[in-house]
Amino acid sequence: MSQAAEERCFHCQLEIPAGADFPVEIEGVSQPMCCVGCQAVASAIVNGGLTQFYQYRSESADRPDEDSQHSWTVYDLPEVQQDFVLQLDGSDRQAQLLLGGITCAACVWLIEQHVQRLPQVSKVRVNASTHRCWISYDESEGSLSEIFASLSDVGFRPQPATDENQNRLLDDENRKALRRLSIAGLGMMQVGMVAIALYGGELFGISDQWQGYLRFISFLFATPVVFYSAVPFYQAAWRAIKTRHLVMDVPVSIAIILAYSASVWATLSSGPDVYFDSVSMFTFLLLIGRYLEMRARHRAGFAAGNLAQLLPPTAHRCDSDKNVETVPLKLINAGDTVMVMSGETIPCDGHVLEGRSQVDESLLTGESMAVAKTVGQNVAAGTVNGESPLWIKVTALGNNTRLSSISRLVAQAEQEKPAQVAIADRVAAYFVAAVLIIAAAVFLFWWQYKPEDALWITLSVLVVTCPCALSLATPVALTAATNRLRRQGLLIVKGHVIETLTKLSRVVFDKTGTLTEGQPTVAKVICHQNDLSEEKVLSLAAALERGNSHPIAKAFRGFEQQLEIENIQSHTGAGVSGLWQGKELRLGRAAFVLVNNPIDTQAIVLAVDGELTAEIFLQDPLRESAEPAISHLGDKQVQIELLSGDATATVCHIAEKLNIGEASALVSPEQKLSKVRSYQEQGETVMMVGDGINDVPVLSGADVSVAMSGASDIAQTHADSLLLSGDLRALPNAIDSSFFARKIISQNMAWAIGYNVCALPLAAAGLVPPYAAAIGMSASSLIVVLNALRLNKL
Amino acid sequence: MDSLYILIPIAIVFVIVAAKVFFWAVDNHQFDDLDTEGQRILFDEEKPAPKQEKRQAESSESSNPD
Repeated sequence: MSQAAEERCFHCQLEIPAGADFPVEIEGVSQPMCCVGCQAVASAIVNGGLTQFYQYRSESADRPDEDSQHSWTVYDLPEVQQDFVLQLDGSDRQAQLLLGGITCAACVWLIEQHVQRLPQVSKVRVNASTHRCWISYDESEGSLSEIFASLSDVGFRPQPATDENQNRLLDDENRKALRRLSIAGLGMMQVGMVAIALYGGELFGISDQWQGYLRFISFLFATPVVFYSAVPFYQAAWRAIKTRHLVMDVPVSIAIILAYSASVWATLSSGPDVYFDSVSMFTFLLLIGRYLEMRARHRAGFAAGNLAQLLPPTAHRCDSDKNVETVPLKLINAGDTVMVMSGETIPCDGHVLEGRSQVDESLLTGESMAVAKTVGQNVAAGTVNGESPLWIKVTALGNNTRLSSISRLVAQAEQEKPAQVAIADRVAAYFVAAVLIIAAAVFLFWWQYKPEDALWITLSVLVVTCPCALSLATPVALTAATNRLRRQGLLIVKGHVIETLTKLSRVVFDKTGTLTEGQPTVAKVICHQNDLSEEKVLSLAAALERGNSHPIAKAFRGFEQQLEIENIQSHTGAGVSGLWQGKELRLGRAAFVLVNNPIDTQAIVLAVDGELTAEIFLQDPLRESAEPAISHLGDKQVQIELLSGDATATVCHIAEKLNIGEASALVSPEQKLSKVRSYQEQGETVMMVGDGINDVPVLSGADVSVAMSGASDIAQTHADSLLLSGDLRALPNAIDSSFFARKIISQNMAWAIGYNVCALPLAAAGLVPPYAAAIGMSASSLIVVLNALRLNKL
Repeated sequence: MDSLYILIPIAIVFVIVAAKVFFWAVDNHQFDDLDTEGQRILFDEEKPAPKQEKRQAESSESSNPD
């Protein structure tokens, strides 16, 4: 069965490569899959009777990683578990996990249904928006590694959530904010209801007895709002005053406290006006604004941000007789000898005692080609061992490794990142000063003229000028803009991004994985033997490379057919060999494959029995969206630069193809950061787009940083925003949207300040009764919100 | 009009109950993931039931060793 090129994998919706044949029968229909991994996952879902997943999912599933044939048993060791497993009563445990690959609500259902079937599992809770999962299980009925394996069977990537404490803090903050919001909302509704009776009484007459009773009821409902819901405003105002700053919380707190105190006094002494309704409504509207801001901030915490999580939880320690023992990494000391098997991550810094292998150092350097390591050479923690095992003498562990020097660089970069002052806070300082001076002046004037009314008129000035609409102006616009950008493909994680995007002067791109797809693919095949077609050549190459963790092996993924190849061997730094139908196959560099008469070619060469059969050219293709994105950015008067850790030739080639004027190759993470910093010192606002761990310091240091959707978790956590679809055209669109958002914010500010300026003289003249103040305040806030909603229209 | 002396305090009680229910919902993670729960009704929930029965059967067997 041959597939048309447009046909897409039923599971992951990626294109099916020519020649792939991995059907799975789902509800009686044979559905095509793109690879062995998708086939395995889809079969597991079908066999479990969970095909409803495909019916109700709203997003395609992630393509499962074929290479990771994990052994999960390390997670059964108590030393490893202590970081993420809670011990409950007896043998009950609760494991806290981060799950990669959750795309929609149907995934949650699939995980719950699938994992619940294990006998040891009693309860599963999954949060699709934070990708967190809590599993309660009974250790005496089965192990945790079985749970990991079962999650992996249905295509999710489990990972221990060792940052659970930090997550719990965020969770607490969220819950407190919701409680405050609920009390303010309920209080506002009740006080508002009573207020209508009071205003009616004011207009048409009411007996003192009923007025007193209704005011007392309003007092009961407003009190928890003022003393519970509004507490964050007082705290923030107090902090600001202590550091001699004026922020929006200062006039907010003054207005709430004064209006409430005066209303209490009016209730007790039958004074002229009570403002309980304004106070409650004001608090509720502002808390909504704050809650929206907080939600945006918390979204940042959705991925694990710890570099230490890159290291394996265990290591293979060797004693003097070369007996290998698997122990938790924590028990390894400097001076020990560890063995690192093919495809494993090196757990420590050290030098090679024995063995010869290719090591992928892209983590530290960004260089995509593996580096050959032999006896005596240094290796670094976090890099990945290639084809053959290495024995390593440990020289540094934990905080002393080169990997942790990257995390120090990140921390430093984040600290020195230019601070972005929000527009709202800049306006607030002037606004607060103006309101306080005017209120004082009004009080003094009326004190001379009509002392018994002075307090009430000053109070109405403060209530009328309450910066409700002004405080809402920015958060609602930013929230709406964040929604708009998300639909355009850019997820904003940190609040300042939208304001900073409007000042952008330079965009710096990483190459591998950012402008390019980051995966080598087959660009061209030249066949030298007539009896073997291109399709056959590729399937032979795929069969030879199956199970190989070298990056080149990924290029052949998807070309597999059922071919029997025996005795597959990898030869470090050269290629692979095997036996097929009694003939010797060799695939790799020309010098290794054609020992007798090597040809001069950059391509990967396949030979059958020593005869040149085919040349296969590999290439890391450009993203389709790279060219239009860069030309659009160029139209916006933004400088574009390419900084890559890769070799000069490839970088120049890409820069030329995309018409990028400035390009540098062989740049280390430190150099990237210092380059961006020197631009910042010249007054430029820099955006960095990258994906690798070597980009993390510069992502943390740039004014705005964008991580690709396929980026490492660490890069995603330290970036300000995330390109969801990998479509770079979202970047110029995001700049347009943020200009639109800035326009909306200015309109909102102008309206809010304009309203206050118009209402102020009336209040100062003593012409604004409480009900007019309440109506004015809610109407001006509503207009601000409606204006911001215009951003939701694309 | 005098009925307001009774009706409003009753309203206060309702509000307190509503606040309690809301606090309970917040503490039980009802607001953590607003997207999933809305779609949950689409899925069958019968499937994991057999395991529960099996476990109960096992526990009753182990508690009555005949």
